Amino acid sequence: MIDSSVLYVVLPELIVALGAIALLMIGVFSSNGEAAGRMVTWLAIAVLLAAGIAIFNQSGAATVFGGAFVSDGFTRFLKIVILVGAALTLLMTFDNFSRAKILLFEYPVLVLLATLGMLMMVSANDLIALYLGLELQSLALYVVAAFKRDDVRSSEAGLKYFVLGALSSGMLLYGASILYGVTGSTSYATIASAARLPEMATNVGLTFGLVFVLVGIAFKIAAVPFHMWTPDVYQGAPTPVTAFFAGAPKIAAMALLLRFTQAAVPAVASQWQQIIIFLSIASMALGAFAAIGQNNIKRLLAYSSIGHVGFALLGLAANSPEGTSGVLIYLAIYVAMTVGAFACVLCMRRGDHYVENISDLAGLARTDLTFATILAILMFSFAGIPPLAGFWAKWYVFLPAIKAGLYPLSVIGVISSVIGAYYYLRIVKVMFFDEPAEAFSPREGRPSVVMGLSAVFTVAFVLPLVGGELVDAATAAASALVH
Amino acid sequence: MTIGLGHYLVVAACLFTLGIFGIFLNRKNVIVILLSIELMLLAVNINLVAFSHFNGDLVGQVFALFVLTVAAAESAIGLAIMVVYFRNRGSIAVEDINMMKG
Repeated sequence: MIDSSVLYVVLPELIVALGAIALLMIGVFSSNGEAAGRMVTWLAIAVLLAAGIAIFNQSGAATVFGGAFVSDGFTRFLKIVILVGAALTLLMTFDNFSRAKILLFEYPVLVLLATLGMLMMVSANDLIALYLGLELQSLALYVVAAFKRDDVRSSEAGLKYFVLGALSSGMLLYGASILYGVTGSTSYATIASAARLPEMATNVGLTFGLVFVLVGIAFKIAAVPFHMWTPDVYQGAPTPVTAFFAGAPKIAAMALLLRFTQAAVPAVASQWQQIIIFLSIASMALGAFAAIGQNNIKRLLAYSSIGHVGFALLGLAANSPEGTSGVLIYLAIYVAMTVGAFACVLCMRRGDHYVENISDLAGLARTDLTFATILAILMFSFAGIPPLAGFWAKWYVFLPAIKAGLYPLSVIGVISSVIGAYYYLRIVKVMFFDEPAEAFSPREGRPSVVMGLSAVFTVAFVLPLVGGELVDAATAAASALVH
Repeated sequence: MTIGLGHYLVVAACLFTLGIFGIFLNRKNVIVILLSIELMLLAVNINLVAFSHFNGDLVGQVFALFVLTVAAAESAIGLAIMVVYFRNRGSIAVEDINMMKG
């Protein structure tokens, strides 16, 4: 018999799980397609909000279900970021999906299931819990990538995502099986104490398992050289789905990576640090160079997200409490900026036709100055220009990396940040100085609100009320994970 | 000769490698990729059950049951996506999956 205090710890997950099942029933038993889709989407946002409130009401640290599920300050911080990202992207689906005639109730239900998987990933403290959370998230995401099922690009995106996602899950699982064999347990705590034994320092099996698990997670966060699915999936999936992909799932996979490295294998930090440093350098460099030649803005944002993962990994490579809080700050700011950028992409519409090319933005400042200014602010922030939020995000990951003596890594990071600024600034140049292209149709309310919120957050981050609070919360969250 | 842990691990490693090569070297169609993914997951199951037996710990077998269940769900979803793709494109040849590049 499970007592109620255990259920209280998993209350946010219970709300999302029961919510998804209830909404599925509501959707199935309602007759009108689009009206049901609209209602279920609103209800799904309400379920995410309820889960957020449940998280706000929790405090302290608890480990339940035989050590498989952990809830502490670290998980609460990341879960809030994930729920906010998921709710905002759901809010942006209505108009786009309605035009594409895919405003169906299945989408919000799948998003809820994916979000449940992400919450599980953040709280996973055991290899089995890790695998089940990851698969719950991935299986739902494969389906939503192919959600526009009469569109060949969307179904191709789904197929590519499925094949590479399943490959990465297989790799992760193989690594997990070897870690289990070598350490004799699937629990992070037991793995950590087994890895601390002196004879484990030279154990090939431990290294082998560690590498496979890290490769699997690197696929999920789209770190180079395991990024090849990202541009195609981001381009092919419907834009609201891409907005969802770019935010919440990356946070969950990074959370998984942080918890795994800090709680399960801290004893062999020198081994995983090398891998993280390599992933970080490769992602930052590829993110900076590969985006230069892109004309499709969704593809450009895909390469940009690869680069940002590289920067976030800088903080992890430092392997310190400050580094971990830097990663958390980076992820929160990254989600806010990315959701805003995709809200801008969703406003690029002429009549019933959505456009995705950078050339379509030409001369936007003369036809819609507010839109152009907001997108310019977001691009400056992505490029890391002070005093916008993107600059502080980089500040809080570079500082611990330099303190940890990772000088070459930091120098490469700064250089790729400067190169990356080129393609962000090119968009600003196209919007403000090129001859105007045909004007866009009037913007819709919901994406406009989201991109406005994102721009306000980006600008207001320097204020102690916004940035200071976030940094304090991230520092407290990191101290729950790394002591 | 008694069959020990090492033998099981070698078999599993061979199957796993076959699975990975099946995904990357296959030029025919997507169904072969689905089979390769199954092969990888089954290799993992052999690993888990072998470790479970030789370590005298039951968790590995529980893990293997979970993996089996998830693998079933995964191939169902993979086949569904493949059917959707075939309806749009009229082909499931690996070399035809090339609408997006760069």
